[in-house]
Amino acid sequence: MSTVRIPPVLRENTGGSRSVEVTGGTVSEALDDLFAKHPALRERVTEDGQLSGFINVYVNDRDVRYRDGLATTVGPDDTIILLPAMAGGTRQA
Amino acid sequence: MTTFREATTAEAVGLAREGYRVIDVREQSEWDAGHVIDATLLPLRDLPRRIAEIAPDRDGPILVHCAVGARSARAAGWLAEHGYTNVVSLKGPISQWKDLGGAWEEPVQLLSPGQQRRYARQILIPEIGQEGQRRMLDAKVLLIGAGGLGSPTALYLAASGVGTIGLVDDDVVDESNLQRQVLHGVDRLGMLKVDSAELTLRGINPETNVVKHVERLGPDNVERLIGGYDVIVDGTDNFDTRYVLNDAAVKLRKPVVHGSIYRWDGQVTTFVPFEGPCYRCMYPTQPPDELAPACSVAGVLGVLPGIAGIIQANEVFKLVLGVGETLAGRLLMFDAMGTTFDEVRIWRDPACPACGDGASAVAQEPAQPASVAGA
Repeated sequence: MSTVRIPPVLRENTGGSRSVEVTGGTVSEALDDLFAKHPALRERVTEDGQLSGFINVYVNDRDVRYRDGLATTVGPDDTIILLPAMAGGTRQA
Repeated sequence: MTTFREATTAEAVGLAREGYRVIDVREQSEWDAGHVIDATLLPLRDLPRRIAEIAPDRDGPILVHCAVGARSARAAGWLAEHGYTNVVSLKGPISQWKDLGGAWEEPVQLLSPGQQRRYARQILIPEIGQEGQRRMLDAKVLLIGAGGLGSPTALYLAASGVGTIGLVDDDVVDESNLQRQVLHGVDRLGMLKVDSAELTLRGINPETNVVKHVERLGPDNVERLIGGYDVIVDGTDNFDTRYVLNDAAVKLRKPVVHGSIYRWDGQVTTFVPFEGPCYRCMYPTQPPDELAPACSVAGVLGVLPGIAGIIQANEVFKLVLGVGETLAGRLLMFDAMGTTFDEVRIWRDPACPACGDGASAVAQEPAQPASVAGA
């Protein structure tokens, strides 16, 4: 099982869980398992089957955009990090 | 038993002119405050270990001095016992040396005596020292926002002697700010945040030049606002501002220290244009609003901006001093609920519309030397 870290803004879709254990040999398979467990996440993370441009996906510390995208391999001890942009700070403009 | 002679300050000035080798057995800090030209610094405790390398000829004429004559007498006695045959100890205050016509080198005064005292604990750090402190005093740092993230950053920048702190904020202090915006207090409710910040920062360090920009950062004023500063600290809470700031900072080659917070989570990184990725490299697409609720909607733990803002201040110090490894190319993520710190690598995107290979010509113009970005 690999681990998917759920960012704070998406935790409402996982019942508050900060991480979810998934199976799958690639990012695509691992995310499919994640979406099977938490269906509401699918439309938050992907657009038309592709990774959404405002959520970065890392396997361990590597951005899959610079590896093989959804086909990037995932090992059982790997951590998948979903990282949407966070704003947070002082109200401006 | 061999012995040594003693000389008054006036006699010693003459001996130095005659070619006596002058050895100063005081400490580095005393040397730094002024010393005899052509003298060699050899603190008393180092003398036995290093004298052979500094004065291999035991019959050569040597004049040792300290501040008033006690340490130099011990040094001279030791030298005489160890076979040095022509040793003179200055018995008298070295402070008269210059007045008696001796060659004297005044220190380059990077810092005033008051600054030496105030910043003594960080001047002791080898990577800072007097020169580093001078850099900090000469640095101009702009904080976008005088709120949650800007508060701790500003407090530490001012306390540590960053000379000019600019604040961009047009908001006033609200009671709901006080749980995390520690620049402000109950006596400042309704006051402009930049005015409240100025009062607090002046109280911490009257030397700090606080520049107040009572406006919101936008496409029309961003270049004017950031143009005169060395480092920009981004503590805004919306994506429009972050992209506007990013594009202008890339164009003007200003490093941006980025911080963001959400409830129990924080992220910090540093964007150094053309040396590392920019914000658009990391997030090419602006997220929808529901993924970016402000603190006023989502809530935030008070210490979160404290932790993030202090890490941002640390990034500023390294950029100003030119030491260490910044977070350029790394996104630091911390989770206050689990007390974990993790980081992921972020890369320059060759296709980045702001800093990539095909970016607009204006962004690629070497308007300023690249080193400015690291200043």
